[in-house]
Amino acid sequence: MADLRIEFAGIRSPNPFWLASAPPTNSGAQIHKAFEAGWGGAVWKTIGAPVLNVSNRYGAWHYGGQKMLAINNVELISDRPLDVNLREIRDVKRAWPDRAVIVSAMVESKPEAWHTIVRQIEDTGADGIELNYGCPHGMSERGMGAAVGQVPEYCEQITRWVMDVAKIPVIVKLTPNVTNVVYPARAAVRAGASAISLINTINSITGIDLDTLETSPSIGGKGGHGGYAGPAIKPIALNMLASVANDSEVRQAGLPISGMGGVSTWKDAAEFLLLGATSVQVCTAAMHYGYRIVEDLCDGLSNWMDEKGFGTIAEFRGRSLARLSDFKDFDLSFRAVARIDPAKCIKCDLCYVACNDTAHQCIDLMDASGAVVPPYAWDARSNGRAEAVASRPQPVVRESDCVGCRLCYNVCPVEKCIEMAELPSGRDSVTWDQLVKANPAVAEEWDAMEAYRKKMGIEVH
Amino acid sequence: MPKTGNEGLAEHIPPLTAHEAFVEANRCLFCYDAPCAHACPTHIDIPKFIRKISTENLTGSARTIFDSNLLGATCARVCPVQELCEGACVLGSDHKPIMIGRLQRFSMDHAYSRGLRVVEVAAPTGRRVAVVGSGPAGLSCAGELARRGHSVTVFEKRELAGGLSTYGIISLREPVEASLAEVEMIRSLGVQLETGIELGAGLTLEDLNGRFDAVFLGLGLGATTSMEIAGEEHVVDGLGYIEQSKLTPEGPKTGRNVVVIGAGNTAIDCATIARRQGAPQVTMIYRRSEAEMTAYLHEYDFIKKEGVAFRFLTQPVGVVADGDLVTGLRAVRVELGEPDASGRRAPRAVPNSEFVIAADQVIKAVGQQKPALFTKLGLATERGYIKVNEELETSIPGVFAGGDCVRAKNAASTVMAVQDGKLAAEAIHKYLRRAEANHG
Repeated sequence: MADLRIEFAGIRSPNPFWLASAPPTNSGAQIHKAFEAGWGGAVWKTIGAPVLNVSNRYGAWHYGGQKMLAINNVELISDRPLDVNLREIRDVKRAWPDRAVIVSAMVESKPEAWHTIVRQIEDTGADGIELNYGCPHGMSERGMGAAVGQVPEYCEQITRWVMDVAKIPVIVKLTPNVTNVVYPARAAVRAGASAISLINTINSITGIDLDTLETSPSIGGKGGHGGYAGPAIKPIALNMLASVANDSEVRQAGLPISGMGGVSTWKDAAEFLLLGATSVQVCTAAMHYGYRIVEDLCDGLSNWMDEKGFGTIAEFRGRSLARLSDFKDFDLSFRAVARIDPAKCIKCDLCYVACNDTAHQCIDLMDASGAVVPPYAWDARSNGRAEAVASRPQPVVRESDCVGCRLCYNVCPVEKCIEMAELPSGRDSVTWDQLVKANPAVAEEWDAMEAYRKKMGIEVH
Repeated sequence: MPKTGNEGLAEHIPPLTAHEAFVEANRCLFCYDAPCAHACPTHIDIPKFIRKISTENLTGSARTIFDSNLLGATCARVCPVQELCEGACVLGSDHKPIMIGRLQRFSMDHAYSRGLRVVEVAAPTGRRVAVVGSGPAGLSCAGELARRGHSVTVFEKRELAGGLSTYGIISLREPVEASLAEVEMIRSLGVQLETGIELGAGLTLEDLNGRFDAVFLGLGLGATTSMEIAGEEHVVDGLGYIEQSKLTPEGPKTGRNVVVIGAGNTAIDCATIARRQGAPQVTMIYRRSEAEMTAYLHEYDFIKKEGVAFRFLTQPVGVVADGDLVTGLRAVRVELGEPDASGRRAPRAVPNSEFVIAADQVIKAVGQQKPALFTKLGLATERGYIKVNEELETSIPGVFAGGDCVRAKNAASTVMAVQDGKLAAEAIHKYLRRAEANHG
């Protein structure tokens, strides 16, 4: 049985799964329930400046019959009175000494305001503070949230104000609504923050109602951008996490990172941990299915760790970061081709149309005699199950022309039907960086590139 | 005990709800050059109409179906989809095939329930075509010709149009209303319909050839084949029995102990009706064995659940009657010998094996006759069916035919008839253009 415990900037948690600062952590009663379900920690929904909320505040994106691939919200920070929140935080921490209770905060950009809120939070006995520099709507219009996170100087300045008085760990939560998330992360490092968390929600408009032509959802006939979250944003979050985790300044400072953005399953969580997260925060999946999902988050992760022989999370944290590289360092001689297993193929021909319409035209349809036939070759007067099934040609990859683009592999609906077979290219391993250093002309002149290709026997289709 | 009376014969398969249809449509892989579309005799672009359900473009979905098959509402209900589109679905191998028939019905119900007119008609060509018979072949041909701008008149000998869809398909599979709605849709394309007019009885082929530029015959077949057994006059005709179940409020007169002769799809329909009319005992008898049954496997599975008994290898030889009152059916046991002309093992009566099956009603559903009319009309025939060439043209130039009346090969079905009507309309259209060119 794997040990799921973590220590995050001095904060202990029985497992790496924390509920993110959001509606699931709005009240003491909710967090009691969540801890009963097994969550390792919770980041209290942001407390701070007074606000009022609106109805129809959550929109969602559904696709292909799958509900809520992403959620979008224009909910503000906690609309419950500050003293009620502070009292409940104190109660929760007393009742759950072994869980991570972190309080998200956002106040006006004045040192006194931040000093006050930090002291109020510390009085509750909470384990840490998360600075909300990410809220992309409403609060940002008032100079808070993303309005801070998008300007590294503001980010650094406010973090310094906090660090002036804070005695418990301080996590800076970053907004993804920037060109390069590394700069605000470095600002947090410079200001002496204890940790970083990312990503907050992404600016988005969920959609337009095609009956009313209003935004969806409509808030009394109006709508606007909100914060986007959920399974659809996971790849964006992974990239931002990795770019921060691999940044030399962040690494040097040794700041732990709490990763989030679309984590729905233990597999997602494992990927965040492999890319350098120490704890993982979850919101949308809990909003979709309830707190109970934490059971499989823990169980699945633990079983996977057992299978992999990882006793603790520290043993594999960040393990995949070394696999990240820039294009210039990829091996240009690496070669893979697609192979379709005829025994598994159901002949939906999705690979065929994808390859021939939009990729590299190297999948053929072959009839039983091995002859290449065009699609729709059947006689319009033939019909029936037996005839349609028996005469259906088999898609086959023309390996000599396959560039190994992997589109067919991605569209194939059958597990392990298409394999990307790694073949020797017959060429020595070389990266773009190495190639251009040795032969700078290839990057500047097409003639030089053609000559290089010819010499190396690289055919382009 | 199955449901009885009108409720018992109400449409058996419920329509999909909008949610069910959306979920099922999203399960479709949207295959390229899909096998389901090949398997469909009318080659409906099935992935396309299903994708349009998933994008909530139901008008476009219905139009996609009509593009290939004007009788999509009937086909959605009566097609043996297991043998056709669904049987060829790539998900059938290790999942459940897509419910193509029910999705098609969903799109068709959408169009019909809203009175959507999505089939467009070309400008009038001034050419006139007569269609004889308003079954699936005739309606399909008439509609396809009207689409191309030809002026079409359909002649129907019965009171109602629709042919077997109206009179011969058990309402459990297709209610009369669905068939009549389709007739109205075809009429809305400008097709004239004249009912109560029979070819060979007042109306001649010469009349038609004189008044029209081309003729299509979708005549279907004749009455149930005679079994040539003693007391056959006491035997109820299966097609008439089904017709009464569809068109009379009280349904057909049904005994308490009913024997149905035959093991095709019509025989199964008769047995179903008898059970649902309240007959406690229904027995199907067939002279060959289970393996040679012509009924679709899924229909056989259905009837077994209806509580119907079977006696295979049993050949009727006479009806036992006391005056008009049937008391039983005399039969002999049968053995199977070498394969016959149909490729099935030939039945041979076992000597001295005669016995009597108690019954108070005997219904026969042993196939339809090839009418003598075909030869009377001067048409060349093939094994009793109207002989046609690849273009579905008969031995008389300008006279085309399709549907069950030409089905000398392969099993007859509604969808094959629809495709015949469509192919014949294409051929007639070409014929008319050739004629026009020749007349300069």
